[in-house]
Amino acid sequence: MVVAEDVAVDYLNPAHHGRTTAIEDASFDVRRGETFVIIGPSGCGKTTLLKTIAGFMRPTRGKLLVEGHPAREPGPDRAVVFQDFDQLFAWRTVRDNVVYALRVARNTPVRAAREKADAMLALVDITRAADKYPHELSGGMKQRAAIARALALEPTMLLMDEPFGALDMITRNQLQIELKNIHRRTGVTIVLVTHSIQEAIYLGDRVMVMSRHPARIREIVDTHDQSDVESPRFAELTGKLRELLVHRDQELDVPEEAVL
Amino acid sequence: MSTWARLPAVARYALLVAAILAIWQAYVTLGHVQPLLVASPLDVAGAAWADLKDGQLEKATYNTLINLILGMIVGTLIGFALASFAVFSRIGQDLLTVLTSIFNPLPSIAILPLAMIWFGLQPKSIVFVVALATIWPVALNTDNGFRTISQTTQLAARNLGLRGWRLVTGVLLPAALPSIITGVKAAWAFGWRTVVAAELIFGVAGSAGGLGWYINNARYYLNTSNIFAGLVVISVLGILVEGMFGFIERRTVVKWGMKRAA
Repeated sequence: MVVAEDVAVDYLNPAHHGRTTAIEDASFDVRRGETFVIIGPSGCGKTTLLKTIAGFMRPTRGKLLVEGHPAREPGPDRAVVFQDFDQLFAWRTVRDNVVYALRVARNTPVRAAREKADAMLALVDITRAADKYPHELSGGMKQRAAIARALALEPTMLLMDEPFGALDMITRNQLQIELKNIHRRTGVTIVLVTHSIQEAIYLGDRVMVMSRHPARIREIVDTHDQSDVESPRFAELTGKLRELLVHRDQELDVPEEAVL
Repeated sequence: MSTWARLPAVARYALLVAAILAIWQAYVTLGHVQPLLVASPLDVAGAAWADLKDGQLEKATYNTLINLILGMIVGTLIGFALASFAVFSRIGQDLLTVLTSIFNPLPSIAILPLAMIWFGLQPKSIVFVVALATIWPVALNTDNGFRTISQTTQLAARNLGLRGWRLVTGVLLPAALPSIITGVKAAWAFGWRTVVAAELIFGVAGSAGGLGWYINNARYYLNTSNIFAGLVVISVLGILVEGMFGFIERRTVVKWGMKRAA
């Protein structure tokens, strides 16, 4: 699906009149059908990595292939779900957001697009909000709508950038459970960026832990099939990820949000 | 809450207008004011009615609106084009900055003498100055609207594979609509003042005279009531257009949660 070899991403930093390296020496692969989680302290460049896979940015060095091709442009085959709610088009109802996406990205005829939109809204359980405008929805509902829009495109992979980061704990847990179910039912490949250790272990088949300044891969941990948060294995993995994220970080300014 | 505050807004405004009219009428009738200086509301209504009946006021209003609308269409389209050019290129941005710096502080009515030399004593001259008055508020606000579209909205659009013209019409324009409406409202305000002022200056020779001409003409014949009638029409039209903008906003940006209800 995704093969990354020694990927580095620099970006122009206007504050320093120079280039800053966001990611260095990243080599990894994402396998078909898995949920691949990227975790790291905030500002470490994990979002940059996701944006590079999405095609919004290009690697400065190294090779990044998606389905065997370099990802030069963004496209609906790599549908992105963002953290910010304004990823939905405010001037369209929830259903029209999905219909519009299908029309422009997949050239789907109107009728078929409507049917598909309704099926997707049912999948994420927001059928009752189909005719509402995004601003009339709660944060959780907006993220459900964004997931429905992304899934409707039948992407080869779903790229999620801290999709539940702006939600309260209860909504967040609920959506994690539902995302896991959706993954089971659709088998779509997911690349998910998060800074929650619990979310990483619960959702991820493998978790890639990143350090910062610049982001390097510390380790890729196997976390598949961890749906019991109370299990000893879950606790063990939590300890391991926390160790990788926090204790091995020489810097003192580790953000609290990285600690579960 | 007082009895006054409990009345519906329309009733409160209507009562105030009625009171003002009553005081005005009383002042003219009881104060023995020289009718050449101030006409009473009843005289004004009579004059307006007479000129509406013979179509004179109606024709003047029509001419003013045609000049205004033509000018605004031209100005708005050029404004959109400048803003779109500015969004897609550095030189476009610089051009917009330079042009607005030069022309925005310039009251476009000051261009009228020049326009009269170029286009003659024809409605074209008025359309030209109205267009000039509307380009800048539309261009500046649209540009600002494009620039303040959330990063995530733009990324979501690009993720769907949108670019170029489809990106502009499908996402950028609707996303910038609150600013665009603000721009068109400002353009209307400038354009409306400009068109009336232009007609006042232009008036005498105009065969297709508008409201400004109507007022100036009434002054020439010392028909004070008709001067007032022209002013009332200008004011009422202004209120109607403001109402129209309010309606458009309620049906779009307010409904979409992009702007809070006034």
